[in-house]
Amino acid sequence: MASSCLSKSKNFIYNLKFKLYLLNRTSAVTNPLFHPHLRHTISSPSSSPVRKHASYSRVNGFDRWFEPAFVGRRSHSTTSVSSDVSQLPVEPPSQQVLDFPGGKVKFTQKLIFTSNSTEERVHCYRVLDDNGQPFTDAESLEISKELAVKMYTNMVTLELMDTIFYESQRQGRISFYATTTGEEAINIASAAALNDNDFVFPQYREPGVLLWRGFSLQEFANQLFGNKYEYGKGRQMPVHYGSRKHNYITVASTVATQIPHAVGAAYSLKMEKQDSCVITYFGDGGTSTADFHAAMNFAAVMEVPVIFFCRNNGWAISTPVHEQFRSDGVVVKGKAYGVPSIRIDGNDALAIYNAVHEARKMAIKEQTPVLIEALTYRAGHHTTSDDSTRYRSIDEIEKWRGDQNPIKRFRKWIESRGWWNAVAESEYRGSVRKQVAQAIQVAERIEKPPVADMFSDVYDAPPRNLNEQEVFVRKTVKKHRQDYPSDVPL
Amino acid sequence: MATIFQRIGAATSLSYSIDTKTSRRSLSERKASFVVVRSDATKINTGLNRIGGRVDHLITNAVATKADTLAASTASKPGHEVLLFEALKEGLEEEMERDARVCVMGEDVGHYGGSYKVTKGLAPKFGDLRVLDTPIAENSFTGMGIGAAMTGLRPVIEGMNMGFLLLAFNQISNNCGMLHYTSGGQFKIPVVIRGPGGVGRQLGAEHSQRLESYFQSIPGIQMVACSTPYNAKGLMKAAIRSDNPVILFEHVLLYNLKETIPDEEYVLNLEEAEMVRPGQHVTILTYSRMRYHVMQAAKTLVNKGYDPEVIDIRSLKPFDLHTIGNSVKKTHRVLIVEECMRTGGIGASLTAAINENFQDYLDAPIVCLSSQDVPTPYAGTLEEWTVVQPPQIVAAVEQLCQ
Repeated sequence: MASSCLSKSKNFIYNLKFKLYLLNRTSAVTNPLFHPHLRHTISSPSSSPVRKHASYSRVNGFDRWFEPAFVGRRSHSTTSVSSDVSQLPVEPPSQQVLDFPGGKVKFTQKLIFTSNSTEERVHCYRVLDDNGQPFTDAESLEISKELAVKMYTNMVTLELMDTIFYESQRQGRISFYATTTGEEAINIASAAALNDNDFVFPQYREPGVLLWRGFSLQEFANQLFGNKYEYGKGRQMPVHYGSRKHNYITVASTVATQIPHAVGAAYSLKMEKQDSCVITYFGDGGTSTADFHAAMNFAAVMEVPVIFFCRNNGWAISTPVHEQFRSDGVVVKGKAYGVPSIRIDGNDALAIYNAVHEARKMAIKEQTPVLIEALTYRAGHHTTSDDSTRYRSIDEIEKWRGDQNPIKRFRKWIESRGWWNAVAESEYRGSVRKQVAQAIQVAERIEKPPVADMFSDVYDAPPRNLNEQEVFVRKTVKKHRQDYPSDVPL
Repeated sequence: MATIFQRIGAATSLSYSIDTKTSRRSLSERKASFVVVRSDATKINTGLNRIGGRVDHLITNAVATKADTLAASTASKPGHEVLLFEALKEGLEEEMERDARVCVMGEDVGHYGGSYKVTKGLAPKFGDLRVLDTPIAENSFTGMGIGAAMTGLRPVIEGMNMGFLLLAFNQISNNCGMLHYTSGGQFKIPVVIRGPGGVGRQLGAEHSQRLESYFQSIPGIQMVACSTPYNAKGLMKAAIRSDNPVILFEHVLLYNLKETIPDEEYVLNLEEAEMVRPGQHVTILTYSRMRYHVMQAAKTLVNKGYDPEVIDIRSLKPFDLHTIGNSVKKTHRVLIVEECMRTGGIGASLTAAINENFQDYLDAPIVCLSSQDVPTPYAGTLEEWTVVQPPQIVAAVEQLCQ
């Protein structure tokens, strides 16, 4: 975090110093109109010499953001210069240090490779212990009873939603479902720490964020049944929710493609100077994709306000984490890309709330990406098409559904504060169960989207070939009505 | 596409402030054509060709270096001479001035000005946030563009070479083309993906790809190919203004074409083909660089007494079957000249589309001249043989017209 945090005023003074410095050292650089565009060997058409030779002999850690001094471009970012460099050297560089593009590098005469692993893994931030009691020295915000109860009840709703919808798939009423079992705290607590106008780019295991923002059980059910009221107009699989008014981008089945989207959205926020950030969620498996790495890199280079939230739940379908990567989880990858990062207990709602709250502040104020790795466990199957007992032991699953269960831990905490009790619990659960069941019943009976919706929204207006194809489909269906489903209106 | 016309109509009122002197005339000129179009969006009649007033223009040269004939047929102002890459830049710059949400992203587009100089000068003018240099990860910066588009910007994504966009195929196919549909119309993706493709001068197999054949199947995207400075600028502007994702195919060898284009603002229709040379005997359909090979062959053919009708199809997805159909109904013979490979190229799809729709009007089977199904060789002679050359075109027409 420290390295990306020079303030703009310091940057400006640095600019002036550099300008003066260069004026004094004209012999050192062959081109006074010097673009310290060091990392790229392609030079701007207006500057002449081969930059490799002219540049790095004198420039320490200068990067492109100093160009305003010369070309008059907007300086909108901070540098990653270490504190050494604020003392501009006026004597020849020391033998122990290499002035290399990107920063000063100290030499060593020892032939030592950095190890592939550290003795101790990166520590994990936690506020509540296994019994839901806060540690005395825990750094945490005070949260109100209202907020705490809202968080808890949302987690319970999410759990019940999952259970009942999963069952409805088993009963053949919907075709597919994916639960968030074990990750309810991640879903709700992270959403609670955000503003409603922060864009959310989900993977597919974050419906709780939508739930927090006010998506109703009926709206969830409509999407699962693909009926004509659902916002996706019946075009996507179940659990591929999307809602513009909740700033929740529609889920796409492709893994990790949303991560660069999130960076792009953060870029648009930065361009329009909005006071909000973007958050994107992905699992441990998603961090193996090319999209994850490039997006992290881009976000760091472009300094955009995006929170990368990794739900490290131990499993990517049947691939356990030690077959996914050999690094110390995902948090260390942040450092590799120059992104401030933290590892947190993903089953501790308060830890999550605090981390996301702070990350959001950081992201917006300092215009930086932040990586959060939440350690948790996928207590359910990957989806309804999976039976995880085939590749992991039932004991392991049971263990994580026990004391580590995020809902149980949080409940212990709010009960110890006197904000909740067993009566409230059973009342609440009973009521939610009824609501979910009813939502299912209602959604089931609603008509499916009409055939016209098969062809609309491919483009802003349907082109001739699609119109022709639609006419053909209608004709065919009309002619063979008995061969086509009856609940799809023409 | 009714909404596209309406948008262009809306744009004219905005453009009024940009060029007050000449826009009045062009406004009314454009308005007239739009009124005709709006009444029935599906019938693209000759009124549309009046956009910019080019209906009578003929290019009689293989490579358009003669600016005089062009100048005569455009609106009364003489216009200014530009190279094709400058025309693209002009279009881009005008759109960026007009709409603060338009931004550019790609490799080396900022300070370097782009590998083909299409974005030269834009970074100093608009700042390096709006003309964004990206690290080398096509799938990711395409993804970035898609995310930015979903949240309100209008990015223009440049692939340094179209072939590199193969890395972005996942994002283009699965997200760019699909998200508007799968989100139920909630999120739109008004991106423009552009870059040079096609066979150049010994660039090697990897840098000589014809991506239009791979992308043509993706639902949800539009594809256009520019071939002259005039249509390059017009298509660039239209693509940026379109709310659909549009892939604009440029050609590596056409960037230095010179032409005089109008001073006043103009926007072309994305779905329209361009009548390059009206004729009677045979319809030759082509696009991009092959247009010039065809026109060169046309000179020879005219000398031999043939009267070919040459149409630059411009819109690769969807095809302008209206213009093409009218031509087929007139000449009854079709020759397609493309740079794509034989298998699965634009020509293959076009052949199928014409056969399906205009079977009754054909006097002979459609002939399609394409490149061979081989990776483009590096050796200059071999590379030349892999691309369709004018003598082949002449021979094909002669055979078709027997």
